[in-house]
Amino acid sequence: MISLQHYLALGAILFAIGVVGVLTRRNAILILMAIELMLNGVNITLIAFARHAGNLTGQIFVLFIITVAAAEAAVGLALVIALFRGRDTLNVDEIHLLKW
Amino acid sequence: MELTLPIPNLRAIMPELVMTFWACLVLVVDVLISKERKTWVGYLALVGTLVTMAFTLPLLGTRTSTFSNMFLVDGVALFFKFIFLLATALVILVSLRYLDIEGVNLGEYYAMILFATLGMMIMAAGNELITIYLSLELMVISTYVLCGFIRRDRRSTEAAVKYFLLGIFTSAILLYGMALLYGLTGTTNLTEIGRALQAKNLGANPALLLAMIFLAAGLGFKVAAVPFHMYVPDVYEGSPTPIAAFISVGPKAAGFAVLARLFLVSLPAIRPQWGTLLWVLCVMTMTLGNLVAMKQSNIKRMLAYSSIAHAGYVLIGLVVANEIGLASVVLYMFVYAFMNIGAFSMVILMCKRGDRGERIEDFRGLARSHPWAAIAFLVFFLSLAGIPPTGGFIGKFYLFSAAIQANYVWLAVIGVANSALSVYYYFRVTMLMYMSDPSGEIRLTLSPSLVFALAVMVIGTLAIGLYPSPLIAAARASMAPIFGP
Amino acid sequence: MDLSFLFFYLFAAVAVGAALVVVLNRNILHCAMALVLMFFAIAALFLMLGAEFIAAVQVLVYAGAIMVLFLFVILLIQIDRVQMLRFAHRQSPLVVIIAVLLLAELLYMIIRGTLGIAPGGADAAAAGAASGSTEAFGALLYTTYLFPFEVASVLLLAAMIGAILLARLDKEEVGGVSRQDMS
Repeated sequence: MISLQHYLALGAILFAIGVVGVLTRRNAILILMAIELMLNGVNITLIAFARHAGNLTGQIFVLFIITVAAAEAAVGLALVIALFRGRDTLNVDEIHLLKW
Repeated sequence: MELTLPIPNLRAIMPELVMTFWACLVLVVDVLISKERKTWVGYLALVGTLVTMAFTLPLLGTRTSTFSNMFLVDGVALFFKFIFLLATALVILVSLRYLDIEGVNLGEYYAMILFATLGMMIMAAGNELITIYLSLELMVISTYVLCGFIRRDRRSTEAAVKYFLLGIFTSAILLYGMALLYGLTGTTNLTEIGRALQAKNLGANPALLLAMIFLAAGLGFKVAAVPFHMYVPDVYEGSPTPIAAFISVGPKAAGFAVLARLFLVSLPAIRPQWGTLLWVLCVMTMTLGNLVAMKQSNIKRMLAYSSIAHAGYVLIGLVVANEIGLASVVLYMFVYAFMNIGAFSMVILMCKRGDRGERIEDFRGLARSHPWAAIAFLVFFLSLAGIPPTGGFIGKFYLFSAAIQANYVWLAVIGVANSALSVYYYFRVTMLMYMSDPSGEIRLTLSPSLVFALAVMVIGTLAIGLYPSPLIAAARASMAPIFGP
Repeated sequence: MDLSFLFFYLFAAVAVGAALVVVLNRNILHCAMALVLMFFAIAALFLMLGAEFIAAVQVLVYAGAIMVLFLFVILLIQIDRVQMLRFAHRQSPLVVIIAVLLLAELLYMIIRGTLGIAPGGADAAAAGAASGSTEAFGALLYTTYLFPFEVASVLLLAAMIGAILLARLDKEEVGGVSRQDMS
């Protein structure tokens, strides 16, 4: 039997890789993919906790997270398309995500 | 397996049901109405918020829960619902003309606002992590779309992309915190989490502290607390002005509602730890918001930093976290809805197509040509700065005195010092309006709905300042379920 | 040695490796394919954890629907021309705080071998295996978790309308763009 800690460590590693991806990638779609990595880290953590706790709440939570991920992907990719259209008429090279 | 569907108490979720119905109604009517008459859709949405308010009224004073204790009806939730509905109604009123000017008069705009409001209402009432997460996402996904609503304007789309990417990033962090809470307790119900944590007596368990920090980070983004505020000025500047006003009030209040419920109900076991965390966030938020606001030349960016600073003031109430502290949080958010949407509406007054009238310089000499507009602006600024006889003064007075009564004297001192700082930048604009000559002709975009909304907000701000006792009594009463018998 | 350990390390290695490719590779199509691979590896781990239904949903929704959407958009727009975004100051405090926190959590878990989580009320493994059935899952979803289910449906409606709103091309807008192009 693989212990809870194995799964938690995997979840944390995936989450951390996702965080690094979000903060180093420069392309909107790649940032979105990195956030999917983070969500999968959370999901594996939740499912492992669900088995550990012996109830199904964690699995239900994951089902809803996947639902929201789909909704977010739809809105996010629509935004990327809108952004791409804007570029044809206006030439600005970079969006600064964090400007003080 | 025999499956018995639960028969939930639908009366408790009547306001939410009405709001859902109305959002769908707006979508349907939008299809049937011709392009020139889209403003009617706006009025329909406005009626929707009022009807929802009417359905919320009979619930006042009741205290119940439904859907397996996931949805609560209590004073806090109801008070917050009134704040959301009020903010939504005001934002719809000031949007009606604005959408015409920007040439994006689409009915879906109002439907999205109603969906976002629905999300906030459920957030304030949610007593379970999954419900809170889903309603929070309903709110933010709707606001992402609203931010990018003016698609021909590149800044609007960019603001939406920024808000979206940082929003789902912090949502993922929030989720990790929620997952840890579930792992520690085996349940997602806030009340049961609190009970389980007390029973286990985990103390300063690292996983629990990590969960607390992640939850604070995820919700700190929604209330725009430093250091999770970086998106605020760009997003407020880029998005349609009424939506900037909406984001600065609605999601912020909803974030505070969830933060308060989550920390007070689920995490009383580590009260000292989150007290310290929020203390630090609070001081950073107030100070940085006010300092950076001074240097802005764009009024929307200035208001963005000012709204960050106001999130800091409200955090004082959460640090205190007793009955008076939380009553002053809801009181302040109520006043804040009037004065902040009011200040943003003044920017809408100045906007024309292709020129959003956002430079502070644009307000030069406004008092000469439009004395009434200048007086309205003065009232909002006095209130934001916390000067009597306005509602902002009452709100701040209660926040600071709550801090002093709970022996957070330094917090109150820092708060007062920050208010003094904020006077500087509010009065810089006021001086420009009153003491300088106009550099050119100022043309205001007046419309009956906008004037009406401004009148409501000016009167509201002043009325709370002059006659605050009913509102204070209501705020105190709303806290009774949590602290009282 | 238990065979399940072998499978765990296999799938975990695939997931982590694919995740690294997503974060490090320069070719966006390779990233997308690596992400699909990771979704499958995670689905396999869900199966090992007794979550059959979630494993199926993971493959159908994530690998099936979401990734197809990603690939569609990647191929629809010339990706090398897509906006470059930038988080100003790579070493922003946010990065440091989060990286340190995660690292601390990982180290703590590895060194102490526990998070201070007491075992669940029932015998965890047995209860997990028993409750993993899709039937029990469905029953719970439509009874106890009915309310979140309804909220999710409204959320999907709002997201759908929003996505259409943002991505559609209006008639006047086409006119507007062409006018600008001519000038």
